[in-house]
Amino acid sequence: MSEISTTYPASAGPTQPLVFHETTESHTPNGTLLGFWIYLMSDCLIFACLFAVYGVLGREYAGGPTGAEVLELPAVAVNTALLLLSSITYGFAVLEMQRDRQSPMMLWLTITGLLGACFITLELREFAHLVSIGAGPQRSAFLSSFFTLVGTHGLHVTCGIIWLIVLMSQVAKKGLIPANKRRLMCLSMFWHFLDVVWVGVFSFVYLMGVLP
Amino acid sequence: MSAHDDTQHAHDDGHGHDDLGIHATFGGYMTGFVLAVILTVIPFWLVMGHVIEKSSTAAVVILALAAVQIVVHMIYFLHMNAKSEGGWNMLALVFTIVLVVITLSGSIWIMYHLNSNMMPSMMDPANLP
Repeated sequence: MSEISTTYPASAGPTQPLVFHETTESHTPNGTLLGFWIYLMSDCLIFACLFAVYGVLGREYAGGPTGAEVLELPAVAVNTALLLLSSITYGFAVLEMQRDRQSPMMLWLTITGLLGACFITLELREFAHLVSIGAGPQRSAFLSSFFTLVGTHGLHVTCGIIWLIVLMSQVAKKGLIPANKRRLMCLSMFWHFLDVVWVGVFSFVYLMGVLP
Repeated sequence: MSAHDDTQHAHDDGHGHDDLGIHATFGGYMTGFVLAVILTVIPFWLVMGHVIEKSSTAAVVILALAAVQIVVHMIYFLHMNAKSEGGWNMLALVFTIVLVVITLSGSIWIMYHLNSNMMPSMMDPANLP
């Protein structure tokens, strides 16, 4: 390549001015969603590590309570139902968003947030119950890894609810502008991703944990 | 039926004025939801009803159903396909799955062997080399 010239040849005339940057956008129009997907994949690795820890330590009871003794499947079934329902209600919100109908969308988002809040409430009650019967995270390796894995998921859901509230106030203020739609799609991916992780949690931790 | 109407609307509007590249449909969400419910109820029923006697068999069945359900969620809720984002979504996903499988199977495999080689009998000074 020759050196970049800063002077015009006289014959060039009124051609286009020299530019030293790309004048056209080189990224895809929905690059944000791809970037957010990459984030979700890295989050997936965090959960993979926590699942691996639970897989290694999940049967080390140290003379303490076993999974079959402390894990209550009916409560987990309710939690699973709540999270699955919140996934489909978020899906309905996305459908309303695509049709630019703001108030039904806000209604579905509110229901989603309430279902998520119920999920967190039930999970916190389960944790409080475990701690109260002396099965806190310090009791055994099994309970340490259990609280870390399930607690990390619960923390993600809590963050998702806070994000949902912030986003709803943004939509209420600015309406369904493209930026808000993009944010809603990111939260949609986040929310459904948490449901995917929960599938792993209830299968690997709860259902397999109570097997003899 | 309203399901059909919703599908049509979502398609029409989706193409018009957002370039998010995702066209969710009512039918897609409902298919995913029904499949997810079925795939959730079966493992809970298997465990809570003590259907399978052998623990290892039950564990394999539960994990297999979980894997299928995760795929269902990916396709119907997260709208994954080979074409989204020009294939980069799928590439990142495949890469992540490879890492997840290495992390999980590697950890459990190695730690299992470490455990079985660290039985109390090995700690007896008489058995040490």
